[in-house]
Amino acid sequence: MGMGLLFDATRCVGCGACSSACKEQNKLPGPVEEVLTAYTWTTVQPREGLNVRRMCMHCEVPTCASVCPVAALTKTPDGPVVYDAKRCMGCRYCMMACPFEIPKYQWDRPVPIVGKCILCAGRLKEGKQTACAEACAYEATVFGKKEDLVWEARTRLRQKPGEYVNHIYGLTEAGGTSVMAISSVPFDKLGLKTKLPGEPPAMRTWQVLSNIPDFVAVWGVLLYGIHWITARRGEVAHAEAKNSGSENRS
Amino acid sequence: MNASATLDSRRFRPGFWTFVAGILFLAFLVVTVIRFSKGLGAVTNLSDKFPWGLWIGFDLLCGVGLAAGAFTLTAVVHLFNLHKFEPIVRPTILTGFLGYSFVIVALLLDLGQPWRIWHAIIYWNPHSVMFEVAWCVMLYTTVLAVEFAPVVLERFGFNAPARLIHRLITPLVILGVMLSTLHQSSLGTLYLIVPSKLHPLWYSPMLPVHFYVSAIGAGIGMVVLESYLSKRAFHRHLEMDLLEPLARGMVVALGIYGLMRMQAIHRNHAFGSILEFGYEGRMFLVEFTLGVLLPVALMSFRRLRSDPNWLVGSAFLAVLGFVMNRLNVSITGMEAASGTRYMPSAMEIIVSVGLVATGMAVFAFAVRNFSIFPGGPVGGAPDPKPGA
Repeated sequence: MGMGLLFDATRCVGCGACSSACKEQNKLPGPVEEVLTAYTWTTVQPREGLNVRRMCMHCEVPTCASVCPVAALTKTPDGPVVYDAKRCMGCRYCMMACPFEIPKYQWDRPVPIVGKCILCAGRLKEGKQTACAEACAYEATVFGKKEDLVWEARTRLRQKPGEYVNHIYGLTEAGGTSVMAISSVPFDKLGLKTKLPGEPPAMRTWQVLSNIPDFVAVWGVLLYGIHWITARRGEVAHAEAKNSGSENRS
Repeated sequence: MNASATLDSRRFRPGFWTFVAGILFLAFLVVTVIRFSKGLGAVTNLSDKFPWGLWIGFDLLCGVGLAAGAFTLTAVVHLFNLHKFEPIVRPTILTGFLGYSFVIVALLLDLGQPWRIWHAIIYWNPHSVMFEVAWCVMLYTTVLAVEFAPVVLERFGFNAPARLIHRLITPLVILGVMLSTLHQSSLGTLYLIVPSKLHPLWYSPMLPVHFYVSAIGAGIGMVVLESYLSKRAFHRHLEMDLLEPLARGMVVALGIYGLMRMQAIHRNHAFGSILEFGYEGRMFLVEFTLGVLLPVALMSFRRLRSDPNWLVGSAFLAVLGFVMNRLNVSITGMEAASGTRYMPSAMEIIVSVGLVATGMAVFAFAVRNFSIFPGGPVGGAPDPKPGA
């Protein structure tokens, strides 16, 4: 199931240490911005008296990876959805398709690439946790195996039922994500997308795409059949016209 | 007198419209230079909230859609063997080829790193609709080029390869129809992935079929329109005996499409948003009335179908409604979810208009120099004031 993050909005004080650590880790230029951009992969936004982290959710079946024509975006077994900038041709379908509106583009560069959180895939390979989780002094963002994090989140919801909305954001959204969140305020009020289908959006296009081979075979035979029949009909009509003109020999 | 008139008209005489096309093409070049030196942000109103704009909504979706006349008519002539339509096949194949070239040039501007466009050939992701789109563009442009090649080959006396293509025309047309079916529908499939973003007036699991059927309707509309425009520009007669039955085909295609749209809106419980008469509701009403209801209603009457003015007017409405539909799917329907409003920048519009003008100029050049229409290259001087 891989690794993931659990974000607890009730614990976040909004210090921004996670965003700064992310900038440093991924060598992103400029100061931390208020919204996600190609140069700010995570940011903390004040909402409803709480602070909420915005970052890539690292879907179990990522929409971005399914739509990328050159497979520049891929889900690794460890959990991160990583981006291979050398493959990307810049069609920006990932930005269009992402239900969480995460991938951002370098609109100001003549040779632009996509920017988004990659869950510190390199650090994970070395056995380390993400830079943001390491930087968090309040355990608002914790790193771990996804099943452990789900367990932890359930425990918190059970132990303090009055302090949390009874829902783990990310457990079912868009088919489930490696990054999850819990909060004392409904998630839509925090600016998170809540009207997401429970099945991964990628299934909707795959249902169509997986039928293409069958379609090509049937459509090809049908089209040739139509040609065959109409051409034969033409030949017969032609021959009959000829016959009726000359003597009938049958 | 007669001979000198022919000679005179053969010579290239830049008129007012050639001049306009030239200016637009130069403006297009200037924008291209800025786009590649300063980045997409410098010329477009695109943003992280709205990553696809006019170049996808108009240039790609409409460029491909309006080229649908080519596969429709080649199928009618070569698969259904209705050879009386043969005289108008060549101009539709030319339109299709120019439409696809238009799409490719627009893509080269819209892609962030267009020099990597060939990556779709080596890095495969069959789960991606965009992967399917990329392959359809490549393959169908090739098919259209081969289908059109005999015109060029015959012009320069290469008759043997032209005859070879002619003998292979049936498999070629079948391949073209299959690729077009996949491609037209795949542009709708592109939007299947955004159920939470596209407005319920346009979103439907049937989007691929909506795109396919409406492209056939509008593609036929384009065939009628280009016959009319070349009539005006080159003083040709309008082939009413061919266009009238085509209009019947348009009624059937648009009629089926209209019913499917109604069904989809009913399933989404979205009729309410038309009655609310909000932004999306109004845009839908304009699109559907102009592009579907009016052309179907008008062209259902034989008297109006047989009248060149009504026929051309209805074809124009069908094409206009088609363009509006694609812009509504790609822009209007996506705005609410994006939390922003998108209006194309002047430079985005210049690119689209410049490309359309260039396409029309190339079409006019081809018609003058190759036998596109029956009876060889058109010698007549262009109309001093054509309507388009």
